[in-house]
Amino acid sequence: MANQDAFVAFERVQKSYDGETLVVKDLNLSMPKGEFLTMLGPSGSGKTTCLMMLAGFETATHGEIKLDGVSINDISPHKRGIGMVFQNYALFPHMTVAENLSFPLEVRKMGKSDREAKIKRALDMVQMGAFAGRRPTQLSGGQQQRIALARALVFEPELVLMDEPLGALDKQLRETLQFEITNLAHELGITVVYVTHDQTEALTMSDRVAVFDDGRIQQLAPPDELYEKPQNSFVAQFIGENNALDGTIQEIRGDRCTVRLESGDVIDAVPVNVSKVGEKTRVSIRPERVEFNPELGPDAHTLQAEVLEFVYMGDVFRTRLRVAGRDDFVVKTRNRADQIRLSPGEKVKIGWLPEDCRALDAP
Amino acid sequence: MTDATAGAAPGQKKPGKVLAADGRPLKESLNRALRLQKMRALMLIAPLLLFVLLTFIAPIADMLFRSIQNGIVSETLPRTTERLADWDAKTGELPDEAVYEGLYYDLFIAAERKLHTRLGSRLNYEMTGMSSLFRQSGRALDDIGDVYFDQFDDLDKNWDEAEPWAELMGDPAWLTKMQAWKKADGKKMPKFVLADGMDELLPRTAETYAAFAEYTQVDEGKSLVKEEPWVLVHTALYQDLMEKDVTGYTGPQAEMLKAADAAVGGFESITFKEGMQEVDEDWLDHGTWQTIQMYSPEFTNGYFLNAVDMQKTPDGPEFRNENQQIYGLLFKRTMFMSLMITGSCILLGYPVAWLLANLPMRQANLLMILVLLPFWTSLLVRTSAWKVMLQQQGVINDVLVWLGLVNDADRLVMINNQFGTIVAMTHILLPFMILPLYSVMQTIPPTYLRAAKSLGATNWTAFWRVYFPQSVPGIGAGSILVFILSIGYYITPEIVGGTTGTFISNRIAYHISSSLNWGLAAALGTILLAVVLGLYYAYDKIVGIDNVKLG
Repeated sequence: MANQDAFVAFERVQKSYDGETLVVKDLNLSMPKGEFLTMLGPSGSGKTTCLMMLAGFETATHGEIKLDGVSINDISPHKRGIGMVFQNYALFPHMTVAENLSFPLEVRKMGKSDREAKIKRALDMVQMGAFAGRRPTQLSGGQQQRIALARALVFEPELVLMDEPLGALDKQLRETLQFEITNLAHELGITVVYVTHDQTEALTMSDRVAVFDDGRIQQLAPPDELYEKPQNSFVAQFIGENNALDGTIQEIRGDRCTVRLESGDVIDAVPVNVSKVGEKTRVSIRPERVEFNPELGPDAHTLQAEVLEFVYMGDVFRTRLRVAGRDDFVVKTRNRADQIRLSPGEKVKIGWLPEDCRALDAP
Repeated sequence: MTDATAGAAPGQKKPGKVLAADGRPLKESLNRALRLQKMRALMLIAPLLLFVLLTFIAPIADMLFRSIQNGIVSETLPRTTERLADWDAKTGELPDEAVYEGLYYDLFIAAERKLHTRLGSRLNYEMTGMSSLFRQSGRALDDIGDVYFDQFDDLDKNWDEAEPWAELMGDPAWLTKMQAWKKADGKKMPKFVLADGMDELLPRTAETYAAFAEYTQVDEGKSLVKEEPWVLVHTALYQDLMEKDVTGYTGPQAEMLKAADAAVGGFESITFKEGMQEVDEDWLDHGTWQTIQMYSPEFTNGYFLNAVDMQKTPDGPEFRNENQQIYGLLFKRTMFMSLMITGSCILLGYPVAWLLANLPMRQANLLMILVLLPFWTSLLVRTSAWKVMLQQQGVINDVLVWLGLVNDADRLVMINNQFGTIVAMTHILLPFMILPLYSVMQTIPPTYLRAAKSLGATNWTAFWRVYFPQSVPGIGAGSILVFILSIGYYITPEIVGGTTGTFISNRIAYHISSSLNWGLAAALGTILLAVVLGLYYAYDKIVGIDNVKLG
């Protein structure tokens, strides 16, 4: 199971706080050096616990965590040499910015001139060179997070952990910093484990994303694969907007299957984690892959829909429809000159390519 | 609008007056708008403000004022102190006859009003023996007056009668009313009015008779036509007649007066100095007069000098003898022990506060109850409990003897000394350290420690360089609380302090309730207050009072 080349590896890791329930259930994960991996999941899914176990602030109840091939289960946090960025910055308020950055170097008994050079380089790296003498409280949230980042990088760790570092910032600043953090990570060649509950952040920043739910990794994949080819209905529902229709498998033919919906309609889909006829399934279609009045092949299945709501969102139109007895079916269409604009009450025919429709597990 | 923006922008030309929309200055408009709010706020705090003013600030101010107030000497002995002002104590000579005369007059009136013993106790603080001197003088003072009284009496029995005196001294109109007055009528007694020209004719007599009249009417509530005057008045009359010419007097009782005037030349007389010497030898003591002169002014620094082990001498303030110095030692001891108590509270309270801030809710609540438990127990009970614990036949000694650590013969002395006071007071004041520490520690997120560790700091470094500096405001707040509370603590040192473990506050209490030397108590209290304020100021300069957090 374990990859011998892995830089960071979780092997059969379990964690329980109270001895009754497992917060992390049988976690296996390996990361190569230089990878930017994001742990994404709703709160309580175990992602932060995993990060804390890696940092050494929580001990694994079972299993092994390896760093560069060496088990670090029994190594105390300060000896692991892992940089960490916290959600609330955790800058020491009684020290100036420079003193904050100097701290990890001082505890490593580094000489004064070396320290100053490194601090300057780290501050320049996050474009905060002019703020060395300030106190953290004199800085804005974004500035504080840059300093926190510089502090986590100043002692040149190979692995940096980030625990929702941008959670407290406004949208625009978040986007700027997302971009900066990714660039820095790639420039410095460091390995990053990033925890967030913001899926956009996860998709835009990461090399790979691990979607957590219920103490397990539901899917570990690059962002595009995660979005386009969700392995189960949790991932499909959690990442991006999704239309879900429940039904049963009627027929499986290789990489195609037909699903009979609860309303009696029949549609085509790609079987993902269904194996036999008669199985309950939930099919997932992304809203932007649905077409109105499709010109598909003669044997393609289409559905009748009634428009319930039309929302103008600028770049896209969001149309809510009643499809197969459900009221929450959403279609997104680009705002083009020739795009049709439907009004509530209209009846329309909808369809999609069979490969865009994935038959997943029924929850 | 342009005005306003020009005023607000920094670095531009000096802002002029910013105007509101209606053309008034903006500041004025704002003040008007805020006035109602301020009034309402003031109304809300007014009851408390009044309460604090009346029951806290005013008594303290009054008490502090007593530390320099010394009106009692000049009020009780007005003539003496006035005449004594010119006397130079350094010559070593006794004051002259005029001073003794003043003393006789003052003391006589004071003795009649029973004020002389109060003055005696006051002056006894400065010189022992004063109290009994004044008390005995009050009793023996009549001897001087009787010399003259007897001779007037022999001359004419009427000099021992109330009515002739009243006719002689009083205004005729008043006298008529006075004679008509009856107690049974329930009306107010007509106030004594001196006869016209009497203060010219017989100044001393008029003055003393007026004093007598006021005392008799106001203090005793008796009629002047029934009460014969003090023998002091006869003495005054003798002096007046010796000096003044009364031949021109034609008023009531002129004949009696003229007869006396003719006779006084042949009266036997004594000087007041001799008289006072007969009353008490101490009146010829140089020290007695020195003390009276030194404490004549209405305000004195004597109490303060006393409070720092000094005393007034004719050559200026001097330190007392070594064996009489007590307050310096007490102040030093109070400081030292308060510091020890504060230190022990920090040492014991810090870990507890840390636990409180870091334990899970349930355990933290339980611990909090344990911390607060002392607050729910009577202070006396707690202190007495320490007595039970620490005394030589107490629990701790018994256990130590039982364990064989201490011989039965030499059990440890842990109570009625400094150790006992420090232990008991540390216990009592511990919550005042823990609570501010706890509330400060609660605001330090645990992520700081994690961050420090992730940056490579050991547990100790993380604590010492990251956690501890942030908890310093709590230590500051707790220390100020504990120190200020302990510096003025009274009950516990009183009970467990014995002789070596008492504080300055116990001495203050002694002067308030036992020796009744309120002036000295007030001076000691003022010094204590000044020390606390000084320390507070120093703390503000060094640490900064902004750094103190109570929550």
